[in-house]
Amino acid sequence: MAEPVTLITGTRKGIGRHLAEHYLAQGHRVIGCSRQPAELEHAHYQHFTTDVADEPRVKALFASLRKEHGRLDNLINNAGIASMNHSLLTPVETVRRVMETNLTGAFLFAREAAKLMQKAKYGRIVNFTTVAVALNLEGEAAYVASKAAVEALTRVMARELADFGITVNAVGPVPVETDLIRAVPKDKIANLVARQAIKRLGRLEDVTNVVDFFLRRDSGFVTGQVLYLGGV
Amino acid sequence: MSNDDLTQMIIAATRELAAEQGIEIDTALDADTRLFGEGGLLDSMALVSLVIGVEQALEEKHNVTVALADEKALSQRSSPYRTIGTLAAYAAQELAARRKSG
Repeated sequence: MAEPVTLITGTRKGIGRHLAEHYLAQGHRVIGCSRQPAELEHAHYQHFTTDVADEPRVKALFASLRKEHGRLDNLINNAGIASMNHSLLTPVETVRRVMETNLTGAFLFAREAAKLMQKAKYGRIVNFTTVAVALNLEGEAAYVASKAAVEALTRVMARELADFGITVNAVGPVPVETDLIRAVPKDKIANLVARQAIKRLGRLEDVTNVVDFFLRRDSGFVTGQVLYLGGV
Repeated sequence: MSNDDLTQMIIAATRELAAEQGIEIDTALDADTRLFGEGGLLDSMALVSLVIGVEQALEEKHNVTVALADEKALSQRSSPYRTIGTLAAYAAQELAARRKSG
Protein backbone atom coordinates (compact mmCIF):
# COMPACT_ATOMS: atom_id res chain seq x y z
CA MET A 1 0.00 0.00 0.00
CA ALA A 2 1.20 3.54 -0.79
CA GLU A 3 2.30 5.85 2.02
CA PRO A 4 -0.60 7.60 3.75
CA VAL A 5 -1.14 11.21 2.72
CA THR A 6 -1.77 13.34 5.80
CA LEU A 7 -2.76 16.99 5.93
CA ILE A 8 -2.18 18.86 9.19
CA THR A 9 -3.17 22.47 9.82
CA GLY A 10 -1.16 24.75 12.08
CA THR A 11 2.19 22.97 11.70
CA ARG A 12 4.52 25.89 12.39
CA LYS A 13 4.78 25.14 16.10
CA GLY A 14 3.28 23.38 19.11
CA ILE A 15 1.13 20.28 18.76
CA GLY A 16 0.83 20.67 14.97
CA ARG A 17 4.58 20.71 14.47
CA HIS A 18 4.96 17.69 16.71
CA LEU A 19 2.26 15.80 14.81
CA ALA A 20 3.90 16.64 11.48
CA GLU A 21 7.24 15.25 12.70
CA HIS A 22 5.53 12.21 14.20
CA TYR A 23 3.76 11.24 10.97
CA LEU A 24 6.81 12.00 8.83
CA ALA A 25 8.72 9.59 11.05
CA GLN A 26 6.00 7.00 10.36
CA GLY A 27 6.52 7.39 6.62
CA HIS A 28 3.51 9.56 5.80
CA ARG A 29 3.55 12.21 3.11
CA VAL A 30 2.71 15.27 5.18
CA ILE A 31 1.20 18.50 3.92
CA GLY A 32 1.14 21.31 6.46
CA CYS A 33 0.04 24.90 6.63
CA SER A 34 0.24 27.95 8.82
CA ARG A 35 -0.14 31.68 8.43
CA GLN A 36 3.61 32.16 8.51
CA PRO A 37 6.30 30.11 6.75
CA ALA A 38 7.49 27.06 8.67
CA GLU A 39 11.02 25.89 9.35
CA LEU A 40 10.20 22.22 9.16
CA GLU A 41 12.15 20.67 6.31
CA HIS A 42 11.80 17.09 5.18
CA ALA A 43 11.80 15.38 1.80
CA HIS A 44 8.21 14.26 2.37
CA TYR A 45 6.92 17.50 3.84
CA GLN A 46 5.26 20.28 1.90
CA HIS A 47 4.24 23.55 3.48
CA PHE A 48 1.58 26.05 2.43
CA THR A 49 1.33 29.53 3.85
CA THR A 50 -2.33 30.34 4.35
CA ASP A 51 -4.89 31.41 6.86
CA VAL A 52 -7.10 28.36 7.39
CA ALA A 53 -10.26 30.42 6.87
CA ASP A 54 -9.12 31.97 3.57
CA GLU A 55 -11.31 30.02 1.16
CA PRO A 56 -9.58 30.81 -2.16
CA ARG A 57 -6.14 29.95 -0.73
CA VAL A 58 -7.41 26.82 0.96
CA LYS A 59 -9.03 25.70 -2.29
CA ALA A 60 -5.73 26.33 -4.06
CA LEU A 61 -3.96 24.19 -1.45
CA PHE A 62 -6.37 21.33 -2.13
CA ALA A 63 -6.08 21.74 -5.92
CA SER A 64 -2.31 21.37 -5.58
CA LEU A 65 -2.66 18.42 -3.19
CA ARG A 66 -5.02 16.68 -5.61
CA LYS A 67 -2.66 17.21 -8.51
CA GLU A 68 0.36 16.00 -6.56
CA HIS A 69 -1.11 13.05 -4.65
CA GLY A 70 -4.55 12.41 -6.13
CA ARG A 71 -5.88 11.44 -2.74
CA LEU A 72 -5.94 12.29 0.95
CA ASP A 73 -6.10 9.73 3.73
CA ASN A 74 -5.98 11.86 6.86
CA LEU A 75 -6.85 15.39 7.87
CA ILE A 76 -5.81 16.71 11.28
CA ASN A 77 -7.57 20.01 11.94
CA ASN A 78 -5.14 21.27 14.54
CA ALA A 79 -4.87 25.00 13.79
CA GLY A 80 -6.48 27.08 16.49
CA ILE A 81 -6.24 30.27 18.41
CA ALA A 82 -7.32 31.01 21.95
CA SER A 83 -8.50 34.07 23.75
CA MET A 84 -8.28 34.26 27.52
CA ASN A 85 -10.59 36.97 28.65
CA HIS A 86 -13.67 37.52 30.71
CA SER A 87 -16.63 37.81 28.34
CA LEU A 88 -17.28 41.35 29.56
CA LEU A 89 -13.79 42.30 28.45
CA THR A 90 -13.79 40.53 25.09
CA PRO A 91 -14.01 42.71 21.96
CA VAL A 92 -16.38 41.41 19.33
CA GLU A 93 -13.53 41.43 16.83
CA THR A 94 -11.80 38.82 18.99
CA VAL A 95 -14.92 36.65 18.94
CA ARG A 96 -15.04 36.88 15.15
CA ARG A 97 -11.37 36.05 14.80
CA VAL A 98 -11.56 33.05 17.12
CA MET A 99 -14.67 31.68 15.38
CA GLU A 100 -13.13 32.29 11.98
CA THR A 101 -9.97 30.29 12.67
CA ASN A 102 -11.35 27.60 14.96
CA LEU A 103 -14.74 26.91 13.40
CA THR A 104 -14.69 28.24 9.83
CA GLY A 105 -11.16 26.98 9.27
CA ALA A 106 -11.99 23.49 10.54
CA PHE A 107 -15.17 23.42 8.48
CA LEU A 108 -13.47 24.53 5.29
CA PHE A 109 -10.67 21.96 5.58
CA ALA A 110 -13.07 19.16 6.50
CA ARG A 111 -15.32 19.99 3.55
CA GLU A 112 -12.52 20.11 1.00
CA ALA A 113 -10.82 17.04 2.48
CA ALA A 114 -14.04 15.04 2.34
CA LYS A 115 -14.48 15.94 -1.34
CA LEU A 116 -11.15 14.24 -2.00
CA MET A 117 -11.71 11.35 0.38
CA GLN A 118 -15.19 10.42 -0.85
CA LYS A 119 -13.80 9.18 -4.15
CA ALA A 120 -11.65 6.61 -2.39
CA LYS A 121 -14.46 5.82 0.06
CA TYR A 122 -11.91 6.19 2.83
CA GLY A 123 -10.82 8.99 5.08
CA ARG A 124 -10.01 10.04 8.63
CA ILE A 125 -10.73 13.52 9.94
CA VAL A 126 -9.57 14.52 13.40
CA ASN A 127 -10.68 17.84 14.87
CA PHE A 128 -9.30 19.58 17.93
CA THR A 129 -11.45 20.62 20.84
CA THR A 130 -10.49 21.25 24.47
CA VAL A 131 -11.44 20.03 27.92
CA ALA A 132 -12.45 23.64 28.57
CA VAL A 133 -15.72 22.84 26.75
CA ALA A 134 -16.63 20.05 29.18
CA LEU A 135 -15.53 22.19 32.14
CA ASN A 136 -17.42 25.32 30.97
CA LEU A 137 -14.20 27.09 31.83
CA GLU A 138 -14.60 30.68 32.94
CA GLY A 139 -12.45 33.27 31.23
CA GLU A 140 -12.49 31.63 27.82
CA ALA A 141 -16.04 32.17 26.59
CA ALA A 142 -15.21 32.85 22.93
CA TYR A 143 -12.65 30.06 22.73
CA VAL A 144 -14.91 27.54 24.46
CA ALA A 145 -17.88 28.52 22.28
CA SER A 146 -15.80 28.05 19.12
CA LYS A 147 -14.64 24.61 20.25
CA ALA A 148 -18.18 23.59 21.30
CA ALA A 149 -19.11 24.40 17.71
CA VAL A 150 -16.26 22.20 16.48
CA GLU A 151 -17.64 19.33 18.58
CA ALA A 152 -21.08 19.79 17.02
CA LEU A 153 -19.48 19.91 13.58
CA THR A 154 -17.65 16.67 14.39
CA ARG A 155 -20.86 14.85 15.31
CA VAL A 156 -22.93 16.08 12.37
CA MET A 157 -20.23 15.56 9.75
CA ALA A 158 -19.60 12.08 11.17
CA ARG A 159 -23.17 11.22 10.19
CA GLU A 160 -23.06 12.97 6.84
CA LEU A 161 -19.79 11.37 5.80
CA ALA A 162 -20.30 7.87 7.19
CA ASP A 163 -21.56 6.47 3.88
CA PHE A 164 -18.36 7.68 2.22
CA GLY A 165 -16.18 5.64 4.59
CA ILE A 166 -14.94 8.79 6.28
CA THR A 167 -14.76 9.01 10.07
CA VAL A 168 -14.80 12.33 11.94
CA ASN A 169 -13.66 12.49 15.55
CA ALA A 170 -12.24 15.04 17.95
CA VAL A 171 -9.56 15.02 20.61
CA GLY A 172 -9.80 17.36 23.58
CA PRO A 173 -6.43 17.88 25.23
CA VAL A 174 -5.81 19.32 28.67
CA PRO A 175 -3.26 22.15 28.69
CA VAL A 176 -0.04 21.03 26.98
CA GLU A 177 3.16 23.09 27.26
CA THR A 178 2.87 25.11 24.06
CA ASP A 179 2.68 28.76 23.05
CA LEU A 180 -1.09 28.63 23.32
CA ILE A 181 -0.98 28.40 27.12
CA ARG A 182 2.31 30.23 27.78
CA ALA A 183 0.35 33.47 28.19
CA VAL A 184 -2.07 31.98 30.72
CA PRO A 185 -1.33 32.76 34.38
CA LYS A 186 0.17 29.84 36.34
CA ASP A 187 -2.63 29.74 38.92
CA LYS A 188 -5.25 29.45 36.17
CA ILE A 189 -3.47 26.41 34.75
CA ALA A 190 -3.13 24.92 38.25
CA ASN A 191 -6.88 25.37 38.82
CA LEU A 192 -7.65 23.66 35.56
CA VAL A 193 -5.32 20.75 36.25
CA ALA A 194 -6.97 20.34 39.66
CA ARG A 195 -10.27 19.60 37.92
CA GLN A 196 -8.80 16.68 35.95
CA ALA A 197 -8.95 13.09 37.24
CA ILE A 198 -5.24 12.79 36.50
CA LYS A 199 -3.63 15.96 37.77
CA ARG A 200 -0.78 16.86 35.46
CA LEU A 201 -0.19 18.87 32.30
CA GLY A 202 -0.70 17.06 29.04
CA ARG A 203 2.23 15.84 27.00
CA LEU A 204 2.56 15.94 23.25
CA GLU A 205 2.62 12.15 23.14
CA ASP A 206 -0.72 12.00 25.01
CA VAL A 207 -2.28 13.87 22.11
CA THR A 208 -0.42 11.90 19.44
CA ASN A 209 -1.63 8.65 20.97
CA VAL A 210 -5.28 9.61 20.56
CA VAL A 211 -4.76 10.92 17.03
CA ASP A 212 -2.96 7.66 16.16
CA PHE A 213 -5.99 5.74 17.37
CA PHE A 214 -8.46 7.78 15.32
CA LEU A 215 -6.30 7.50 12.19
CA ARG A 216 -5.89 3.74 12.36
CA ARG A 217 -7.57 1.73 9.59
CA ASP A 218 -8.96 -0.48 12.35
CA SER A 219 -10.81 2.52 13.82
CA GLY A 220 -13.30 2.58 10.95
CA PHE A 221 -16.20 1.88 13.33
CA VAL A 222 -15.35 4.85 15.57
CA THR A 223 -16.88 8.14 14.47
CA GLY A 224 -18.56 11.25 15.89
CA GLN A 225 -16.64 10.86 19.15
CA VAL A 226 -15.03 13.46 21.35
CA LEU A 227 -12.21 12.09 23.49
CA TYR A 228 -10.99 14.21 26.41
CA LEU A 229 -7.62 13.63 28.00
CA GLY A 230 -6.81 13.66 31.68
CA GLY A 231 -10.07 12.08 32.79
CA VAL A 232 -12.16 15.21 32.32
CA MET B 1 -17.16 26.24 -22.88
CA SER B 2 -20.37 25.45 -24.74
CA ASN B 3 -23.43 23.82 -23.26
CA ASP B 4 -22.65 20.80 -25.39
CA ASP B 5 -19.12 20.50 -24.01
CA LEU B 6 -20.52 20.67 -20.50
CA THR B 7 -23.09 17.99 -21.32
CA GLN B 8 -20.33 15.72 -22.62
CA MET B 9 -18.25 16.39 -19.52
CA ILE B 10 -21.15 15.51 -17.23
CA ILE B 11 -21.87 12.34 -19.23
CA ALA B 12 -18.23 11.29 -18.80
CA ALA B 13 -18.34 12.08 -15.07
CA THR B 14 -21.58 10.12 -14.70
CA ARG B 15 -20.09 7.10 -16.48
CA GLU B 16 -16.98 7.23 -14.32
CA LEU B 17 -19.04 7.46 -11.15
CA ALA B 18 -21.35 4.64 -12.24
CA ALA B 19 -18.35 2.42 -12.93
CA GLU B 20 -16.84 3.24 -9.54
CA GLN B 21 -20.01 2.68 -7.59
CA GLY B 22 -21.47 -0.21 -9.57
CA ILE B 23 -24.50 1.75 -10.77
CA GLU B 24 -26.09 0.06 -13.78
CA ILE B 25 -26.76 2.23 -16.79
CA ASP B 26 -28.85 0.43 -19.39
CA THR B 27 -29.49 3.32 -21.79
CA ALA B 28 -27.41 5.80 -23.72
CA LEU B 29 -26.71 8.97 -21.75
CA ASP B 30 -27.75 12.32 -23.16
CA ALA B 31 -29.04 15.70 -22.00
CA ASP B 32 -32.45 14.20 -21.24
CA THR B 33 -31.13 11.47 -18.95
CA ARG B 34 -32.68 11.82 -15.52
CA LEU B 35 -30.04 12.10 -12.81
CA PHE B 36 -32.00 12.59 -9.64
CA GLY B 37 -35.60 12.34 -8.48
CA GLU B 38 -38.22 10.06 -10.00
CA GLY B 39 -36.64 7.63 -12.43
CA GLY B 40 -33.20 9.13 -11.77
CA LEU B 41 -29.94 7.20 -12.03
CA LEU B 42 -28.48 8.42 -8.75
CA ASP B 43 -29.36 8.41 -5.09
CA SER B 44 -28.54 11.48 -3.02
CA MET B 45 -25.06 10.31 -2.03
CA ALA B 46 -24.13 9.48 -5.61
CA LEU B 47 -25.46 12.87 -6.69
CA VAL B 48 -23.14 14.57 -4.18
CA SER B 49 -20.23 12.61 -5.64
CA LEU B 50 -21.22 13.55 -9.19
CA VAL B 51 -21.47 17.26 -8.40
CA ILE B 52 -18.05 17.16 -6.73
CA GLY B 53 -16.66 15.20 -9.69
CA VAL B 54 -17.92 17.79 -12.20
CA GLU B 55 -16.56 20.67 -10.08
CA GLN B 56 -13.17 18.96 -9.92
CA ALA B 57 -13.13 18.23 -13.65
CA LEU B 58 -13.86 21.89 -14.41
CA GLU B 59 -11.08 22.90 -12.08
CA GLU B 60 -8.54 20.42 -13.42
CA LYS B 61 -9.24 20.59 -17.14
CA HIS B 62 -10.41 24.16 -17.49
CA ASN B 63 -8.81 25.82 -14.50
CA VAL B 64 -12.05 27.37 -13.33
CA THR B 65 -13.45 27.16 -9.82
CA VAL B 66 -17.21 27.00 -9.72
CA ALA B 67 -19.62 25.90 -6.99
CA LEU B 68 -22.43 23.75 -8.36
CA ALA B 69 -23.89 23.07 -4.93
CA ASP B 70 -24.44 26.50 -3.48
CA GLU B 71 -27.52 27.91 -1.81
CA LYS B 72 -28.81 29.17 -5.13
CA ALA B 73 -28.76 25.70 -6.67
CA LEU B 74 -30.41 24.10 -3.67
CA SER B 75 -33.18 26.66 -3.42
CA GLN B 76 -34.27 26.71 -7.06
CA ARG B 77 -37.83 25.59 -7.52
CA SER B 78 -36.92 23.33 -10.38
CA SER B 79 -33.74 21.57 -9.30
CA PRO B 80 -30.71 21.91 -11.59
CA TYR B 81 -29.90 18.28 -10.77
CA ARG B 82 -32.94 16.78 -12.54
CA THR B 83 -31.20 15.80 -15.76
CA ILE B 84 -27.78 15.92 -17.34
CA GLY B 85 -29.06 18.79 -19.50
CA THR B 86 -30.33 20.90 -16.58
CA LEU B 87 -27.06 20.41 -14.72
CA ALA B 88 -25.10 21.44 -17.84
CA ALA B 89 -27.29 24.52 -18.21
CA TYR B 90 -26.76 25.42 -14.57
CA ALA B 91 -22.99 24.98 -14.88
CA ALA B 92 -22.99 27.16 -18.03
CA GLN B 93 -24.93 29.84 -16.19
CA GLU B 94 -22.51 29.77 -13.24
CA LEU B 95 -19.49 29.90 -15.55
CA ALA B 96 -20.97 32.89 -17.40
CA ALA B 97 -21.68 34.63 -14.09
CA ARG B 98 -18.10 34.07 -13.02
CA ARG B 99 -16.72 35.51 -16.24
CA LYS B 100 -18.92 38.58 -15.81
CA SER B 101 -17.80 39.22 -12.25
CA GLY B 102 -14.25 38.75 -13.46
